[in-house]
Amino acid sequence: MNVMYFAWVRERIGVPSEQLETTAVTVSDLVAELSAKDERYAVAFADVSALRVALDQELSRFDAPIAGVQEIAFFPPMTGG
Amino acid sequence: MPVRVQDAVFDAGAELNAFSGGNGVGAVVSFTGVVRDTDGTLAAMEIEHYPGMTERAIAAIVDDAMARWTLMDVLVIHRFGRLPAGAPIMMVATKSAHRADAFAAADFLMDYLKSRAPFWKKETTAGGSSWVEAKDADEDALNRW
Repeated sequence: MNVMYFAWVRERIGVPSEQLETTAVTVSDLVAELSAKDERYAVAFADVSALRVALDQELSRFDAPIAGVQEIAFFPPMTGG
Repeated sequence: MPVRVQDAVFDAGAELNAFSGGNGVGAVVSFTGVVRDTDGTLAAMEIEHYPGMTERAIAAIVDDAMARWTLMDVLVIHRFGRLPAGAPIMMVATKSAHRADAFAAADFLMDYLKSRAPFWKKETTAGGSSWVEAKDADEDALNRW
């Protein structure tokens, strides 16, 4: 799965995207798995209430299942306009 | 329904003139967002976006507006990249037979583009850079619709 990071999430994790293999069932499981793996993720994901997640380019939720998802993106609340 | 996501500058006046015609059009409403330099210290604004999702999200918002109001057309232009103070960031225009539809749809489009299109703004001043934080009021504004 392609995992993408934008804005300060990208800056804290240090890469714009990466290919990951995971057995995580939900977005939250993936967040926990990454946070346990490296401090960079733990810092970026410290408060997921301050984050948004998109699954295959559609806004989703942290309790959503990720089976079959090809692209998952984490980012702060959007500031367009 | 022209939707453009681009780094190039655009001429809001020329865009509006090109958009404004058409049979039965009686009202055209537009909004242009500009890089604001609140206290004279802004060096630049960086706008990051999520290519692919950006276009999909804007198209969905435009479709929603077209379904809610009677509109002849909608124009959305949104820039990304490094923009100087005073530069146009984005514009929305709507046209309809009567003004109520055009006004309401433009207002709706701006509320949704602000909070549901994947753009992030970062301000750079002499003192450093910081990401612009979303405001609760921006999220609350969506509940109006």
